Amino acid sequence: MASAPHIVVIGGGSTGVGIARDLSMRGLDVTLLEQGNLTHGTTGRMHGLLHSGGRYAVADQASATECIEENRVLRDIASHCVEMTGGLFVKRPEDTEEYFERKLEGCRECSIPAEVVSREEARAMEPHLAKDIDRAISVPDGAVDPFRLVVANAASAQEHGARIETHSTVTDLLVEAGEVVGVEVEHDSGSGKRVHGTAGARERIRADHVVNATGAWAGRLGEMAGVDIEVRPSKGVMTIMNVRQVDTVINRCRPKGDADIVVPHETTAILGTTDEEVDDPADYPEKQWEVDLMIDSLSELVPVLAEARTIRSFWGVRPLYEPPEVGSDDPTDITRDYFLLDHDERDALPGMTSIVGGKFTTYRMMGEEISDHICAKFGIEADCQTAEVPLPGSEEFSVLRDYMDEFGLRSPIGRRSVERLGSRAETVLQTDEPNPTVCNCEAVTRAEVQDAIEGSGSDLNAVRIRTRASMGNCQGGLCSHRLANELHGNYDEATTRAAWDELLQERWKGQRHALWGEQLSQAMLNYALHATTQNRDNDPADGDPVEFAAFDSGDPTVGRSDGHDVAADGGCRDGD
Amino acid sequence: MAIESDVLVVGGGLAGLTAALAAARSGGDVRLLSYKQSTLRSASGLVDILGYTPAGDGPLTDPYGAIPTLPETHPYRTVGVDTVREAMSLFDEAAPTYRGAHTDTNALVPTHGGTVKPTGRYPASASAGLASDGRDMLLVGLESMTDFDAPRAAAHLEAAGVPFDVRGVEIQFPGDLRADAKVTRYAKLLDTDGEVSVRGRERPAREALAARVAPHHEGEGRVGFPAVLGDDDPGGVRAALADHLGAAVFEVPMGPPSLPGLRLEDHLFAALDDAGVSIETGNPVTGFEGEDRVEQVFVDKNGAKIPNTAEQYVLATGGLVGKGIDSDREAVHEPIFDCHVAHASDRYEWFDGDVFGDHPFARFGVDTDHHLRPLAADGDVEFENLRAAGAVLGGYDFAAEKSGSGVSIATGYQAGHTAAQEAS
Repeated sequence: MASAPHIVVIGGGSTGVGIARDLSMRGLDVTLLEQGNLTHGTTGRMHGLLHSGGRYAVADQASATECIEENRVLRDIASHCVEMTGGLFVKRPEDTEEYFERKLEGCRECSIPAEVVSREEARAMEPHLAKDIDRAISVPDGAVDPFRLVVANAASAQEHGARIETHSTVTDLLVEAGEVVGVEVEHDSGSGKRVHGTAGARERIRADHVVNATGAWAGRLGEMAGVDIEVRPSKGVMTIMNVRQVDTVINRCRPKGDADIVVPHETTAILGTTDEEVDDPADYPEKQWEVDLMIDSLSELVPVLAEARTIRSFWGVRPLYEPPEVGSDDPTDITRDYFLLDHDERDALPGMTSIVGGKFTTYRMMGEEISDHICAKFGIEADCQTAEVPLPGSEEFSVLRDYMDEFGLRSPIGRRSVERLGSRAETVLQTDEPNPTVCNCEAVTRAEVQDAIEGSGSDLNAVRIRTRASMGNCQGGLCSHRLANELHGNYDEATTRAAWDELLQERWKGQRHALWGEQLSQAMLNYALHATTQNRDNDPADGDPVEFAAFDSGDPTVGRSDGHDVAADGGCRDGD
Repeated sequence: MAIESDVLVVGGGLAGLTAALAAARSGGDVRLLSYKQSTLRSASGLVDILGYTPAGDGPLTDPYGAIPTLPETHPYRTVGVDTVREAMSLFDEAAPTYRGAHTDTNALVPTHGGTVKPTGRYPASASAGLASDGRDMLLVGLESMTDFDAPRAAAHLEAAGVPFDVRGVEIQFPGDLRADAKVTRYAKLLDTDGEVSVRGRERPAREALAARVAPHHEGEGRVGFPAVLGDDDPGGVRAALADHLGAAVFEVPMGPPSLPGLRLEDHLFAALDDAGVSIETGNPVTGFEGEDRVEQVFVDKNGAKIPNTAEQYVLATGGLVGKGIDSDREAVHEPIFDCHVAHASDRYEWFDGDVFGDHPFARFGVDTDHHLRPLAADGDVEFENLRAAGAVLGGYDFAAEKSGSGVSIATGYQAGHTAAQEAS
């Protein structure tokens, strides 16, 4: 063993980066491997709720208590990723009084600040709430940007010496003499930042311990080493609205069920969700009825949703776990708690630990527990610092908010940029070059895009999750080619073209679930801009060579210039 | 009393403007109602006829030659190739600054994304940029303009195999325009040749811009800029730049807001004025009266329902983009006359899974008889005096085919011309 043990963490979601940050801050040598982009799996596919714990206050009080503790920690260490919107549990006439009282009581038992709010008060806070609601309970729910949070954790881990590899798939676990001693990994485009078109590479990485933080994919990793990890992946749909119909998290106050939450998120509101067990976390049906259910059910709470514009829908897979002996039939009965599986104790397979279950809000606590566990294994005494040390971007953030007009940007653009960048705003936005807006929907400027490119290579989907560029109303219709333009200078033309196509395809994937009304109109406009104006669908650069000589080379009756008589050609005086 | 005319055209895009012009030229008393900004300002200003077959073959050299091979339901087949030619002649006359009429052959024009696309007519401002012209090319980008990256576009054109050398450079536009300046801001400055401040000295904008380009110009026969070169006097702007640079100057058409599209709109509205068409803009048509015939339509003006009557009506309200075709979670419909629009009942069959796949939604629109009269689901004519033109028509994917402008012009011409004849 070198001076510090080398830990390989598999999985670049919130749990994985949380562990990587924690261990690297404690001085361990960390390599994190993620098969896609950071947040590629479940983390990038959640509704962005920072739980107060209220949702679990009746049925799962252990989870509820952890949530409120971590809710307070994240407000502190990740202030630039969190918006404290507050939340309401809204009771409709058909929802029972008994459950309302149990919810209130449960919140108090779990130390979740909770107040009863009258119909009038609730509708004063949120005018779009239905007129016939009874009353509500207010709780400290919030909204959190999972992308920003994960990128900040990864950046912090890197600052502490960790190696972060995205687009790197673990193809095998190395087992020697009954012990996991490392991994075999396939890098999509060589190690380091992803660059389109560069050759992939295989690498064997030896480790003193391997942490399986792959969530819904944990069972796959287990199989490689011959151990069973009974993850019960459960899918849920989320539907994104084009504006924030509400500024507070709106929960339905009734026992767990489908389509019972609206989370305001940046410029959008996200409707969720469903809970349905699936066999394969990477391949499951995405159905129309699920989207319709969101709109139809949640418009009972917020009627304007029935006629509102949705911009896309996406599905996420919860990495639920319960010890096999519990045997719940219904995934909604499975605990949201997390489990640390020490495969040495459990399966007589030393060298690997898995962490399964749990939820985004408690990612840091999970990271702390597994880091404690690993440090104990190696006899290392080092305190966890992740609950106190702010993430990059969240240092002295409140002070910076006051300076947001300083970067020569119009104030709404400046405000949104600073909200995203937090305390990094000054470093990123201070530039002597022109700093035009690249994505108008989400107010993302060139400086922010360039910063993201520096962090993530030629992968425009990675740029997207860092900046929100192309995530607004037009879904990249107006800015996809601009983002490709921003890559040029760092990358050659063929690379920018590949990245551009990949972004267009990714943006299309989620929009397909929102294709009616305004968004179908937008989709047709995007199609026209990309295909008619840009000929992106039939680009000769991607296809067969064109016989240029067979086409019109200009009107012979209009004087052809040799460089002198140019006005007749380049500048017809009859205008245009 | 209702406002009366022989022919009433609903819609102020390329199809509606062409229909009104054709009707007026055929001697009709014509009124045009235009509600929203037309989609011309989102379009590049190129006038495509047909660049690819529905099967994706192309780029086609001869759009007219390919029309008879199109499916029978295609709007071009409805009006026939001779009508397409007549319609293009009317367009050429109404838009004298357009080029390409000297040949049946398509031109390949550089796009702001950096490839080439086939088109039938192009503004004079783009004519020196054609990709089949062998002169070497210098593309000039503006650093603060994110829509066009000249070095990337040049490299992309090279990848597309263009038969000339092409380079791209980025410059800062002279003067102190803010980074997010709109294209019209650049255009006005060049139109007026206003003074800009360069290193403390005031200089006219055109000369100052040319001076920024000159050090990068290595004798290429032509120099291309993003389409910001003037709004009122684009010819003058190009001539001045060409004079300073000693090379032909052209524009690369851009996305919205598109100056070439706006200039075309101005030309066509001017032609309508000359032809004596009465034009009302800014108010929507919200309803109609009539059974087998449209008797009158109602224009909503600040809440008041103003009746407009005519002998003949032309529906040119656009497709999904222009909202002439609308939809909800259950169905697709034509909102003014509720004309039948064929579509799958399952909305998940409206699209393809690939971003540039074969999208049924792109072909949404009304089906018509041979006189462009919309048909009901049972195949009967919806209204004997209503004709449809442009993107409200179904049965073609203008984006994939590069046929949008041509179909609008051809069907607008046919609908307007026939309506005027019927009305007289």
